[in-house]
Amino acid sequence: MNNEKTIRLTINGRDRDVNALPNDTLLETLRGLAYFEVKSGCEKGDCGACAVLVDGEAVDSCLTLTWTVERANVTTVSGLGSVDAPHPLQKAFIDRGAAQCGYCTPGLIIAAQSMLDNDTRDPDEDEIRVALSGNLCRCTGYTKVFDAVIEAARVMRETGESS
Amino acid sequence: MFAEFDLHVPEDVDAALAVLAENDGTGAVMPLAGGTNMIVDLRARSVAPSALVSIGKLSGIRGISFDGSRVRMGGRTTVSDMLRHPELAAIAPSLVASARLFAGQMVRNTATVAGNICSGSPAADLVPPLLAMDAEVTLSSHTGSRVVALAEFYHGYKQMARRPDELMTEISWSVPAAKRSHLFYKLARRKGDAITVVGVAVSMGAEGDHCSGVRIALGCVAPVVKRAVAAEQTLEGEVPTQERIEAASRTAMDEMRPIDDIRASGAYRSHCVRVLTRRLLTQAWEQLASGGAQA
Repeated sequence: MNNEKTIRLTINGRDRDVNALPNDTLLETLRGLAYFEVKSGCEKGDCGACAVLVDGEAVDSCLTLTWTVERANVTTVSGLGSVDAPHPLQKAFIDRGAAQCGYCTPGLIIAAQSMLDNDTRDPDEDEIRVALSGNLCRCTGYTKVFDAVIEAARVMRETGESS
Repeated sequence: MFAEFDLHVPEDVDAALAVLAENDGTGAVMPLAGGTNMIVDLRARSVAPSALVSIGKLSGIRGISFDGSRVRMGGRTTVSDMLRHPELAAIAPSLVASARLFAGQMVRNTATVAGNICSGSPAADLVPPLLAMDAEVTLSSHTGSRVVALAEFYHGYKQMARRPDELMTEISWSVPAAKRSHLFYKLARRKGDAITVVGVAVSMGAEGDHCSGVRIALGCVAPVVKRAVAAEQTLEGEVPTQERIEAASRTAMDEMRPIDDIRASGAYRSHCVRVLTRRLLTQAWEQLASGGAQA
């Protein structure tokens, strides 16, 4: 069944036409286009390493078939900011030492951004725990991650910045 | 990567139903809702559909409405949609509690209410609260639609009333004018991103010092999520003394047949049914007695 289809996606603000099979996941499609910041972890929706924003909401790209998000806006962690111009979440993760091996970090930042955009701009620790419960980190113990998200949320409220 | 299948991504419900109608009762064409179970099952090759019909772009079946007497949720409503609804936490606190404890954020942003119900898992966390509120589901096909009580929906482990040509397009329940208490408790290894060991939902009203409309729904302690009907009857119309609540909780335990699995032993689950049912019934009555329950 070689029924490839050309799928239009807007990835980090750039229109991309990509050939995809019915059973290609968004994770495979994005990594195939060299968006290597999107990590492959458990491939069953437990770890959150593959999280990206689809039309502003964080989803596990390993559980998303590419055809089902045709014409969507997809944002990876690189679409939020860069080394030269980091997003407040990225800056806070660096300042607070919230990344160690770094594998989970893109997913954590995407999940935090989704919470700040869709759920609350002023989260308490309990709300952050709920929002990040689908992201596994085996290095940090999460404490510095929570500190970084609280810090970034404060900065974003003060500067009125969103994604 | 995983098994091959054809994929349809229709934009209106009629088009989706037309594809599902090609099933001829075989179930080879399956709906794809949020996919948070389905994609995992496809990878594990525990399901092998010839085609999937994605509901991801269907218009008109996502959202929650409340007209003062009945809540209606479109089948494509996500778990996060419930958490973001301004009124639902007051109308259905048990359902919102289960939504908060549901997997992780990315799964909640994708997984749908209908998908959770139709997964047929005894660990489906949204089902106990919905069962305890006497929810009904609407099943639509190319020949029409029918409404089925959720209490009648499950026939056995992963056996459901949904025909292969049907799509679950709505979930709804009545909200009585009289005050009722709705509680949910999830017992699991962790507070988040964990599969339930025992799930308990209780809904209850009061008439004077008597219980009325008692509902106890239990997850993970039988092949399907089910109500502890004998336990409900033990309490119905009675004054909920400590002894009466203990008797109902024991009855609930005796009604269920939990299995041993990787997460817990059947004996532990049975014990927890008794303890948690007693705890929730007690809390529910305290809420009603103190006037703190949701209207």
